[in-house]
Amino acid sequence: MSVRRLAAEQPDGFQFNPENRKWADAQLKKYPAGREQSAVLPLLWRAQEQCDGWLPEPAIRHVAEFLNMPYIRVYEVATFYTMFNLEPVGKYLVQVCKTTPCWLRGSDELERVCFEEIGSPESISSDGNFTWRQVECLGACVNAPIVQINADFHEDLNSQSFRALLSKLRAGETVTAGSHVGRHASEPVEIEKSANANEKSANEEQETLQFKKPE
Amino acid sequence: MLKDKDRIFTNLYGFQSASLKAARGRGDWRDTGALLAKGREWLTSEVKESGLRGRGGAGFPTGLKWSFMPPDPDASAPPNYLVINADESEPGTCKDRDILRHEPHKLIEGALLAGRAMGAHTGYIYVRGEFIHERECLQRAIKEAYAAKLLGPNAAGSKWSFDLFVHHGAGAYICGEETALLESLEGKKGQPRLKPPFPANVGLFGAPTTINNVETIAVVPEILRRGASWFADLGRPGNTGTKVFCISGHVERPCNVEEEMGISLRELIETHAGGVRGGWDNLLAVIPGGSSVPLLPADICGKIRMDFDSLKEAKSGLGTAAVIVMDKSTDIIRAIARLSAFYKHESCGQCTPCREGTGWMWRVMEKIAAGESSPAEIDTLLDVTKQVEGHTICALGDAAAWPVQGLIRHFRPLMEERQ
Repeated sequence: MSVRRLAAEQPDGFQFNPENRKWADAQLKKYPAGREQSAVLPLLWRAQEQCDGWLPEPAIRHVAEFLNMPYIRVYEVATFYTMFNLEPVGKYLVQVCKTTPCWLRGSDELERVCFEEIGSPESISSDGNFTWRQVECLGACVNAPIVQINADFHEDLNSQSFRALLSKLRAGETVTAGSHVGRHASEPVEIEKSANANEKSANEEQETLQFKKPE
Repeated sequence: MLKDKDRIFTNLYGFQSASLKAARGRGDWRDTGALLAKGREWLTSEVKESGLRGRGGAGFPTGLKWSFMPPDPDASAPPNYLVINADESEPGTCKDRDILRHEPHKLIEGALLAGRAMGAHTGYIYVRGEFIHERECLQRAIKEAYAAKLLGPNAAGSKWSFDLFVHHGAGAYICGEETALLESLEGKKGQPRLKPPFPANVGLFGAPTTINNVETIAVVPEILRRGASWFADLGRPGNTGTKVFCISGHVERPCNVEEEMGISLRELIETHAGGVRGGWDNLLAVIPGGSSVPLLPADICGKIRMDFDSLKEAKSGLGTAAVIVMDKSTDIIRAIARLSAFYKHESCGQCTPCREGTGWMWRVMEKIAAGESSPAEIDTLLDVTKQVEGHTICALGDAAAWPVQGLIRHFRPLMEERQ
């Protein structure tokens, strides 16, 4: 279990925007009449998306009213499930998996990178870009170690590729989700070799760029 | 080794498209209407005869589970429900993820067939919250199936109506437990229910419900098309068919792979995962079925077969067939302590032995890993695991106790040495 409380500072109010409102109405149709409460997780999730990645108290209240549920029932759901962020987060929420399969393949290193590049966990970096935290098994263990950044899984990482990924995000560049050693999905690939090859091609790319510069 | 002709998941790695057209090219949705027309009894008995056991960890015979469902409900009776468990979060396990994103049509077709076999007109697929892209893939495939009239009224021309909905969680391991999943699906905290009543009597919304794992449902269409005996001939009696194994940790090529049930652990690791890092002799231990099952030291690993009964005999389990390999560089005490941290984090807090026990076990494991304990504490730790085990509503308490028990069983001298 983890202790989870609402943020001290809260916005004044919350309403689903028209698009989300329409989406929420459609969600209710998935469940039998009188069982609309079932939609509480998807609705809280959508509210969190609308609030830039965190769930303020007025949003919990709004969902409760929307579903005709007592506030306390929605409150206990919001505090039970760990994917609801009860405090504001950075533009990129970096979740480092630390469970044994990732730990065996070097998640400690990735955590060190987070400390160096972002700072202390659970707080927004000074540039507003990042919040990072340790999480339990993300469910992509054969692609370990894994980091989830917002909706994307970044797989087969090591400290170099992870550091490069963070700097790209910081510079506002687009990044590709998935394996960072060029693996398609979960097929067998020599990870160490591919990582080296990838690094080499990245270096070569850089060298070519440098070579071109004087022109 | 599994022959290509016996492979079920031919697009496990997603080299081909997951679309309906491509799935049809791979043989999905072929004669589904004809299979449905054979009726409920035939569907259930065929799955029974195939020997299929649940792929979510417990290994309960699937056909038998289906047969617990009451007859097709009439208008006055409560409906029957099929719920598919895609809340894959057992550490080491990532097989359902590949099915959701690369083979969604196998799952959808299986859901329709299973729905018919248990008299259900409605199915829900509960996908773990972190699988955002996977959920989108599945949703896309369901939309295609509706458009092609494979779902909805008169699904696949069978006169059976079947609706399938995707639901998602929000980051709770416990929701993989079937009754916690039902609670979550009803919009509550995911805390397991007492059994009995079993879900087949009182399940989702108080109605008869069967909960199956993604892989279990996804293999059903092939079993029905090729016949129960084809599936039953793979593996050995009681442990039939193929299984998707997830090989992670200290191997050269970590991967998911479909293999025949009962393959030797060594062959599995050496043929598909490129062997243990530094060679077989560098192996320290393997967790053979996801974090909840006790580990096996190297000497047992050399002679074990990967199926339910062989692993049970070795005092471990097949679980979800997630093979976590650890070589000799591993601090095994810390590896298990990390799992204890996982269970402490994921305990739902409902039962005292689990809520307090998981935290206690974790703190003592950390002490032992840091070399700050005494030999007597190992005995106390073992005693506490026995007090948690079997004294909770669901199996999370057991799952937290077993890895620690496995460690003490096989590595006690190492634990004592560290003090």
